[in-house]
Amino acid sequence: MNAQAFTFGRAVRLSILIFGAVIFLAPYIFMISTAGKAQSDIFSSSLSLVPQHWSYVANFTKALTRVSMTTLLWNGVVVCVLIFVFQVIIAIPCAYAMAKLKFRAARLMMVLVMLGLLVPIHATALPLYVAFDRMSVLNSYFALVAPFTISVFGIFLFLQFFRAMPDDLIHAARLDGMSETGIIARVIVPNAWPAITAFAIFSVVAHWNDLYWPLIVVSNQAYATPPLGLLYFRAAEAGDDYGALMAATLIITTPLVAAFLLAQKRFVEGITMTGLKG
Amino acid sequence: MTALSLRGIEKSFSGNAILKGVSLDAGPGEFIALVGPSGCGKSTLLRILAGLESADAGEIMLGDRDLSSVPAADRNIAMVFQSYALYPHLTAAQNIAVPLVMRRLTGAQRLPLVGPLMPGQRKAITEIKRDVREMAVSLKIDHLLDRKPGQMSGGQRQRVALGRAMVRRPAVFLMDEPLSNLDANLRVHARGEIVELHRRAGVPTLYVTHDQAEALSMADRVAVMIGGSLLQLASPQVIYDDPAHVEVARFIGQPRINLFQSVVGADGRITLGDVSLGLSRETVSAGAPVTIGIRPEFVRVHRSGQQGLPARIERLEFLGSEIIAYCRLDAIGEPVVAKLSPAEGAGLAAAMPVRLDFDADRLFVFAEDGHRLRPELMGAAAPLETAHG
Amino acid sequence: MAEAIATATPIVRKPVRSAAERQEARAALALSLPAMVLLFVFILLPVALVIIFGFTDYELGYAGFRFVGFDNYADLFTDRTFRRSLWNTTVYTAIVAPVSIFMALGLAMLIESENIGRSFFRTAYFLPVASLLVAMATVWQYLFHPTIGPINALLALGGLPRPNWLGASTSVLYSLSIIGIWQSVGFNLVLFLAGLTAIPRELYQAAHVDGARSAFDRFRLVTWPMLGPTTLFVTTISIINAVKVFETVKTLTEGGPNKASEVLLFTIYQEGFVYLKVGYASAMTVVFLIILVVLMFLQYRIQDKQVHYS
Repeated sequence: MNAQAFTFGRAVRLSILIFGAVIFLAPYIFMISTAGKAQSDIFSSSLSLVPQHWSYVANFTKALTRVSMTTLLWNGVVVCVLIFVFQVIIAIPCAYAMAKLKFRAARLMMVLVMLGLLVPIHATALPLYVAFDRMSVLNSYFALVAPFTISVFGIFLFLQFFRAMPDDLIHAARLDGMSETGIIARVIVPNAWPAITAFAIFSVVAHWNDLYWPLIVVSNQAYATPPLGLLYFRAAEAGDDYGALMAATLIITTPLVAAFLLAQKRFVEGITMTGLKG
Repeated sequence: MTALSLRGIEKSFSGNAILKGVSLDAGPGEFIALVGPSGCGKSTLLRILAGLESADAGEIMLGDRDLSSVPAADRNIAMVFQSYALYPHLTAAQNIAVPLVMRRLTGAQRLPLVGPLMPGQRKAITEIKRDVREMAVSLKIDHLLDRKPGQMSGGQRQRVALGRAMVRRPAVFLMDEPLSNLDANLRVHARGEIVELHRRAGVPTLYVTHDQAEALSMADRVAVMIGGSLLQLASPQVIYDDPAHVEVARFIGQPRINLFQSVVGADGRITLGDVSLGLSRETVSAGAPVTIGIRPEFVRVHRSGQQGLPARIERLEFLGSEIIAYCRLDAIGEPVVAKLSPAEGAGLAAAMPVRLDFDADRLFVFAEDGHRLRPELMGAAAPLETAHG
Repeated sequence: MAEAIATATPIVRKPVRSAAERQEARAALALSLPAMVLLFVFILLPVALVIIFGFTDYELGYAGFRFVGFDNYADLFTDRTFRRSLWNTTVYTAIVAPVSIFMALGLAMLIESENIGRSFFRTAYFLPVASLLVAMATVWQYLFHPTIGPINALLALGGLPRPNWLGASTSVLYSLSIIGIWQSVGFNLVLFLAGLTAIPRELYQAAHVDGARSAFDRFRLVTWPMLGPTTLFVTTISIINAVKVFETVKTLTEGGPNKASEVLLFTIYQEGFVYLKVGYASAMTVVFLIILVVLMFLQYRIQDKQVHYS
């Protein structure tokens, strides 16, 4: 079974896989290629992958000057980090209490969590927008971050993970003299890294890519996140300057794709874990 | 003198009574084994004592201090868990150090980054390190101190768990089946070590196990718990030779004790097949059902002669130093197990008709509620009369 | 010393429970309080408000509002844009969900049975999941460009007709579906791969021994039933994600041309945040929420029926 002979069936299988992979990767290939093409190249020879006139510098300059890419990326990082930190700080103690402590409200809380899992930001956006508008906090990091500080999914994921942790470990910690917060900090968190990493990947991918909420609460470029910034850039370019557009796309896609390529195994584990548990 | 005292501990989970008023006293330095079948409440009792569960009723006294409302961390009770419950992310040294760090360092001294700046922190840490090392040396695990639990064998983890429990010199030691995850050889070896460690620590120890051999071989006294009640608390020998309750007799002993149902006759005598045994009239009334017990090693198997009850051997088990004979009584169809020496068992074979008789003074009689009745021997010569067959 | 200590001791009723257990309950409440407050403020309260707004004519910028009963919902039924939007969302979901599920399952089985290039293939198919969809949609816009796009250039080489992918109302929904499939296959694939690796090898060997000769027989006997829970989850999440399609529509078509790509979330966005008709958009949101609830309810029901897999 291990040393596979090169049979006809296997040749078909590999061809399908390779063909599929080429199709799936084609957008990236064309993105990289087009980002270096001059306008004339783009119109004349769309199928050639190597630019005839190397225009990377020109296109990247355009991309970087029309919209402040650094601001966009910085905003993306700030928003994602803030959201993730708050989510973890708020979800972990709650999940620990629900998984390992006995109290009467636990069942009601479980019902609320299951209900909360159903509700995406799209459903709560209207009242939140109205409220944020009344409070005049639109166009701020607060507006971008606040609704996501509570991650019901995070609570659910950590709850599942903590339930699988042996009760005796927590009992031992109590006998050793730890308080409940001490147990969370010294026993739960150090042993929950797989769940925390998985959740980090889930959270960052979701919020780095989210367009809906930033589109609603941000109208000022200074607080634009990467997807929103790209939308502005497209609006500013208007025409068919695909060279510059692809350069901008490349800049904005690179951070997360690079992170994925560097920590592939973690990404896949994270998605599997959050996926199957969710 | 009692060091530790439990009074009328009760606990039920969702209407099921797990502990039905358990009382128990342990002397200073005494090793008590809590033994019973799974689900008898022994682990729950241990957890209540540790403060990990709370009792519905009853009180726990350590010396003259009432522990009932003291949180687990402040009880000064250490526990070794069945799963060892070592912190997977800490090395052996760090695991052993945890109880000391929690007790000797203040909250501020324990903080990361800030902690080392606090006065006295370095001195305390040095002392903790020294104590951990001493502990490790005495447990012969000093070469493992930098390893994490995942890199240790079961026996090594068990020692680290012992070290973590002992290092803070607790007032009471609790062990919840600490040997059940070890393989058979290691388990026998570890028994001796735990007894030795206990002797050195000199604090009352409660040791939960479902393994009667462990309980009998290690403990000063054995507490037999069945169905949420403590049925007998006595030395291993008394537990075995003089069980106070039919369930104690049934649970302790391998192979299991032979038990026969019988009824007290009008003359105050008990008949079992055609065996007759007298009881004093005050203890039971005529017509009361009783149970008669005889341990397999006190059943004698005769290949010929008129003595004893006729029976047939159904199966023989050769165990090297002994032979177990599974027989069935002809008269009442009850199975009887006999434990024989190889010499006694020589020449026996399955399906062979034999006669069984019992060591009369080794017979136990139990009342219907399971409590032991003391039979009044009827005549010195023939306590067991058999109608000739 | 051989006394039997049994139940003789009088039972001392002490409030042992209260101290320790109340302390534990208090700690638990303190630990979960922040989460519960935020859950209330950012999820429960807004959902309640959306339901209430749905019965009002609230418009942002106007001072007051009044309750209009089911008027909004009555309007929804006759609103051609909304009906178009529901229909488009259904069509999009009906294409993207099944195709991305079966494509992912097929690719996962091919990758699983191949022992070279596994991680390469996994990476290649998963890359779109980790990529910024708004950005990649822009790339697809270029690929789909009717005159300068590589796809039509390729079709021209083969002498095939060159559709106006995103520009024609007949093809725009299908073009968006292609992007949707491209984007979601990798996620499903990774879940299926995990599900496949979890199937014990012995089961396949047992199937061989039991006479399941063809690969298809073994798939029917082992793979498909063992993947049951994964498939159910993948199906639910695929449907929900397809119903939530927004980014590509907002970036590429703005619902056009001629409302041919108007989808549910985009319509809600337009009504609520562009025209600021909060009441009306809230009614739409309620419809959206009901769809999600029904989907989750169906998942739970099916899950209950196949507990034996888990």
